[in-house]
Amino acid sequence: MGLRGEAAIVGVADYPSERVYSGTRQFSLEQWADLSSRALADAGIASSEVNGIVCVGDVSESAMFHPATIAEYCGWSLDYAERVDLGGASAVAAVWRAAAAIELGICDVVVVTCTGRPKPELPSASPQERARTVNASSWTWGSPQSEFEVPYGDIPPNVGFAFYASRYHALYGNEPADHLARAKIAADQRTSACMNPNAAFFGKPITPEDVLASRLIADPLHILEIVMLCHGGGSVVLASKARAQRCPKRPVFLTGCGEHLAHKTPTYSVDEIPRTPISYVADRAFAMSGIDRSDIDMLQLYDCYTITVLLTIEQSGFCDPGGGLDLVRRNDLSYKGSFPVNTHGGMLGMGQPGFAGGLSMVLEATRQIRGECGNRQVRKHDTAYITGTGGIMSEQAALIVQGA
Amino acid sequence: MSDTVPKPRPRPTPTSQPYWDALRDERIVVQRCRACDHWVHYPRSRCSKCLSDQLVFQVVDGAATVYTFTVARQATAPPFVDEVPQIITIVELAEGVRFTTNLVDVAPEDVRVGMRVQPVFDHGDDGMTLLRYRPA
Repeated sequence: MGLRGEAAIVGVADYPSERVYSGTRQFSLEQWADLSSRALADAGIASSEVNGIVCVGDVSESAMFHPATIAEYCGWSLDYAERVDLGGASAVAAVWRAAAAIELGICDVVVVTCTGRPKPELPSASPQERARTVNASSWTWGSPQSEFEVPYGDIPPNVGFAFYASRYHALYGNEPADHLARAKIAADQRTSACMNPNAAFFGKPITPEDVLASRLIADPLHILEIVMLCHGGGSVVLASKARAQRCPKRPVFLTGCGEHLAHKTPTYSVDEIPRTPISYVADRAFAMSGIDRSDIDMLQLYDCYTITVLLTIEQSGFCDPGGGLDLVRRNDLSYKGSFPVNTHGGMLGMGQPGFAGGLSMVLEATRQIRGECGNRQVRKHDTAYITGTGGIMSEQAALIVQGA
Repeated sequence: MSDTVPKPRPRPTPTSQPYWDALRDERIVVQRCRACDHWVHYPRSRCSKCLSDQLVFQVVDGAATVYTFTVARQATAPPFVDEVPQIITIVELAEGVRFTTNLVDVAPEDVRVGMRVQPVFDHGDDGMTLLRYRPA
């Protein structure tokens, strides 16, 4: 059952993460086409060979029919197309769907692209019109979140992740040293970001003490352990084993995957907080891949917050529940350390270019496995464990990838 | 500035109307499934455990414990600027259901996971009553 390891990532491309984008604005369709063309060039695959796409996030020129709109715009004749709606987990979820479609034999070259640069705006759009789009999914009549959470100020996402962090610390350690260990995640990832010129926080190292001294936003979370939104974008191309063998770069095969979800709002989590969906996923993904956790050379984990990384390490089975703080204390999580996590700096160090933030873990794993990461290259780089997280620990997905 | 931004208020649906009506009368009602005995909150048209439509509102006393919490040091949205620092919590009732709510009449530094809390009925000018909590 599951993936047979017969689909590979063969092309990647992205835009730098930028706090301020000063270039020419392009519509999301234009960004889709541009990013995809760069990833196809990296793969050595012609546009005419594309016969599958998975859309993630914003194609704001069309309220629906995203795949057909993209196919028409890019001139692709597709045998497989879909749109994934799993928040921050969408990119990782899109990649395993692409691999599954390839292994089914219904297509052999699939593009997954996430746009994340600002788009042109009509001059007539008022501030109110622009503001109305904020949290739009939460404000509709009949939305449980609109009725039972929003009136109490429980507006995503900081509050929800703080809920997980508060209960985690109440259960497993609430001393200053425990909070310092959580903060060390952001500091170690920043060490890696300082080796990534495309990271928004390139050249700006921080210490765990800096993190705890930064502004408290939602107890116990500080501003330096919360992702900063930025601009960017990313794209990956997947291909069948047969097609991948004719690509110029080392193919990165998907050998394990999984996803799980059961709630939108943490108040209604069926599992006791801080149990998260990845706890259902990791064993299945590893069983599918046939490798062990000790075989993993690096972890590229969705890191909207420090607590997300901590819980993902633990509940993916790299240590026992509650053991994550000690694991973080005992290991250097940077690219040069004993337990490399988010070697591009993660979104905490790179910035979060919208949905492309979740794709950045896939891009970094691919580049590390290819050996293209220069001065942040991890020493052994054949396997990676990758996760995506959407909503407030709502949906999570995992990938295990291995270089050929 | 901030006081000109209206606070988002609940808009009851036909299914949830009895819950909000009860709060206005300072009673708390929670749905219980006649088919599987599961307690259900927020109000639904079918049971979130067995999908039966045999859901009946029952009165509960609302005594709860703090399941988890945060203190919003910056407003989670402009309408809540005047409530900072706002204590936002999930409380758990004896029946096992959980509510999103706020703690009042307590200093942020005194809030603990597991502390016992009791209901506060916060009646608004719009006829809606929010269910908040204070230390028991």
